[in-house]
Amino acid sequence: MQSTFYMDSKHHEDLIHIRSMMERSSRFISLSGLSGVCAGLSALIGGLYILQWFKTNKINYFDLEDRVYGRDVITHLIGVGMIILIVALISAIFFTVRKSQKYKLPIWTTATKQMLIQLAIPLLVGAIFCLALIKYNLMVLVAPTTLLFYGLALVNAEKYTYSDIKYLGVLEIIVGLVSLFYLRYGLVFWIIGFGILHIVYGLVVFKKYK
Amino acid sequence: MSIIDKLNKDFESRVRLGIMSVLMVNEWIDFTEMKALLEITDGNLASHSTALEKSNYIEIKKEFVGKKPKTSYRATALGRKAFTDHLNVLEKLFKSK
Repeated sequence: MQSTFYMDSKHHEDLIHIRSMMERSSRFISLSGLSGVCAGLSALIGGLYILQWFKTNKINYFDLEDRVYGRDVITHLIGVGMIILIVALISAIFFTVRKSQKYKLPIWTTATKQMLIQLAIPLLVGAIFCLALIKYNLMVLVAPTTLLFYGLALVNAEKYTYSDIKYLGVLEIIVGLVSLFYLRYGLVFWIIGFGILHIVYGLVVFKKYK
Repeated sequence: MSIIDKLNKDFESRVRLGIMSVLMVNEWIDFTEMKALLEITDGNLASHSTALEKSNYIEIKKEFVGKKPKTSYRATALGRKAFTDHLNVLEKLFKSK
């Protein structure tokens, strides 16, 4: 007859194994906190650059709520936004690949695909919504809208990755909602939401799962 | 009958526990992904999945994607129930301590 001690530790290991398999197979856990820090830095630098650019081009961003911009200004803003997005995406991919190689985790799994789909739905809707806002010259609403839809996307993707991400999502939503009532400071809220929050969140997560 | 005897013998192997755990939280999982998740060999996965299929705990689907054969697994309702029962017994073992 096997000793109780042996059986105990076997069953205990069984439970640990079950939990880890459920976790590994249903959640995308290769996302590194460092990619959050990188995304935050690129948003911070990009946002501050835009503030400076407004100054040198004598656009008084904080004076008006019913801003109407020329085509070239809009093109420049969208261009800078795209660069920030691309830098953030490249860093996310880079750190994900690095982390998954380090821990020998598969990347392209069912959980990864699920997470990307859950992220993509609110983001795509938000992007098209912003295009419509720009078309009708409602520029002042673009910053809050990006924060809100991004926050919703994170909350939505929570089931398929580290659940901490929902706290970041909720904070983005709160910043977005507050900025709706202080429209003229949209860019400042945008820098807080996409810059500062990402950096803080990234550092916290990086330390926690190191 | 002691509580330990209530543990399902079909789930004694670590590999079978792993397969069932993965299928409890996912719908269809294909062979390659399952193999990578459990870090086991082809033969190992094939024999244990066949055993689970024989007990009617999982469903095995074979299809062709282009010219490549693809095998996928899904837990049956019976399998889910058996595995949940097994988990409950395991949990009880620790609670009664």
